[in-house]
Amino acid sequence: VGVVDAQTIVDAVGLGAVYALMAVGIGLVFGVLRLVNFAYGQLIMAGAYALAFASEHDWPVLPGILLCFTVVLGLSFVLERLVFRPLRLHSPAVMLVTTFAVAFLLQNVALVIDVRDGTIGEAASSIAGVTLPGDSGSINQAFSLWGLDVRRITVVAIVVAALWLTGLALLLGRTTIGLQMRAAATDFPTARLLGVRANAVIGLAVLLSGVIAATVAVLLTVQSPLVAPDFALRETIVVLVGVVVGGIDRLWTATLGGFAIGFATGVIAGALPTDQTVYLPSAVFALVIVVLLFRPAGLFARGGFASVERV
Amino acid sequence: VSRRLDALVQLAGPALLVIAVGVAGSFTSRATEIYFRNALVSVAVVVAIYVFVGNSGVLSFGQISFVAVGAFAAGVMTVPSDVKPGVLPDAFSIIRDNSLGNVPSLLLAALVGGALALVVGLPLMRLSGLAAGIATFAVLEITHNVLREWTKIGPGAGLLSLVPETTDLLQAAIGALVVIGAAFAYQRSRLGRLVRATREDAAAAQAVGVSVHRQRLVAFVLSGTLAGLAGGLYVHMLGSLTADQLYLELTFVSLAMLVVGGMTSLLGAVVGALAISGLTSFLGEAEEGVSVGLRLDLPEGSGLIVVGALMALTLILRPSGITGGRELSLAFLGRGRAR
Repeated sequence: VGVVDAQTIVDAVGLGAVYALMAVGIGLVFGVLRLVNFAYGQLIMAGAYALAFASEHDWPVLPGILLCFTVVLGLSFVLERLVFRPLRLHSPAVMLVTTFAVAFLLQNVALVIDVRDGTIGEAASSIAGVTLPGDSGSINQAFSLWGLDVRRITVVAIVVAALWLTGLALLLGRTTIGLQMRAAATDFPTARLLGVRANAVIGLAVLLSGVIAATVAVLLTVQSPLVAPDFALRETIVVLVGVVVGGIDRLWTATLGGFAIGFATGVIAGALPTDQTVYLPSAVFALVIVVLLFRPAGLFARGGFASVERV
Repeated sequence: VSRRLDALVQLAGPALLVIAVGVAGSFTSRATEIYFRNALVSVAVVVAIYVFVGNSGVLSFGQISFVAVGAFAAGVMTVPSDVKPGVLPDAFSIIRDNSLGNVPSLLLAALVGGALALVVGLPLMRLSGLAAGIATFAVLEITHNVLREWTKIGPGAGLLSLVPETTDLLQAAIGALVVIGAAFAYQRSRLGRLVRATREDAAAAQAVGVSVHRQRLVAFVLSGTLAGLAGGLYVHMLGSLTADQLYLELTFVSLAMLVVGGMTSLLGAVVGALAISGLTSFLGEAEEGVSVGLRLDLPEGSGLIVVGALMALTLILRPSGITGGRELSLAFLGRGRAR
């Protein structure tokens, strides 16, 4: 068994930070709509294509990022209007499978657009090679910190995730609309009776979730600049699993779950012997099963044991 | 009298659909026939999933695991022994030195599917809701990972090839009918009613002495067995297969077929499978340019966009599916005549 060293931990935290952001994006929408949005990854994919488009047309980096945010937010609101809103009163299974269908649809739209030039996949090379102000190396290169090799993007991801999560915590904890969102997430019908406007909180949740998706699109594109129709699909699936494992009913347990599965993946990857690393998914998902068997309501949820067979 | 007759009508709907597709397929050219075989095998897969998901009301993303192990078991045991060392160089000697015929390999596929379902179902059937969905998904991930990497039991990430293509139209139709028959017998039986009781109200069912865990497990194992059989049909239809073909996309498409058709009825499972696989095939052909009354000429890949859009639209407008989750019944037919 390999040793879990400090290097592994740093890389695992970097992965966990991005997953935590995605978990918040998924958890926000789940909170107000009770909808597990499987198509979240396709929002990120759309943002990544926007970055690739900007790179291809030699746009500077900032307008490219702006385009990415515009595309993701626009698509978020279109989906809310056309899909999420009509689905609101349907059963969870129907909602989930409908978002599969939407994900499938968006992925194929991307494919049709992408293959027009004869190849699948577009490179967003300009953003991946960007240099931070006052820095010598490009954002994807590593620098040495206390004897560890840390990629600059890992630090950026951790800082950005920390900033977004703090901002979100302040918004939810210190503002009226934040209070309304928390109320809606706890008990939507009662919150509405007490004067919370449904469209306002849903709109805000979709907006915030879209901003986070765009942020993740930028972070992921920098790390792997080749954008294909299945971009971020794998990450979304893993984060969805993490969100449920952490406890989807509350935002902070969902976020911790996202972080935990990213962190655990990083640590297990470092700990597995080299010839066994192909079995990383098996190890991670076996752990998922064990956690769910013992704490079905979520690893970080209160009273996880009580709801094994809550009948 | 009417109860017996009603049962007959209920079975007749799905069975006649399958027979109609089989007969229609036999009149088409060799190139088009594959679509009909594919539709029939899809029926087998979706009905197998329905046996658990439809009857128990617990969403599972893991049933394709059982299709996958069934397909690989039937596949590796039927590769002709003279070419087997080339296809499966690292396999265990028990796999390398033994071969099975077509029908025994299908039985083996069912057995392996059922056995795996029993092993994972024993602990997992305590879960419900999203936790059950994610745990069964984890089973799919592990199954796929092991099938893809462990070269002692199969081709690993490579192609399992040279499997005899014995699933012709007749075998596909008979296979689909067997799966439908088993699903029907189960849902009409005492056990089927018990698991449906746990779906409608788990607390009430438990209060009258029904073990939720045991009834779900029965449904899960039967579903796994039928899914394994469907996997056997699948590998014998294609002749070659990779682990990636029995993974996420098949899981999502099969679940979508079930939900679009109507999750809580056998008829829904069959209708959904036939409708979506028919539509996919037709639009796939339309991308090549096909004329059916009017000439359709779609750009490549756009067929799947139409399928996705129609699936989403069906679910938004008719969340209980095309059939509304109901079986065909005398009352329904009678009402149709009276109008």
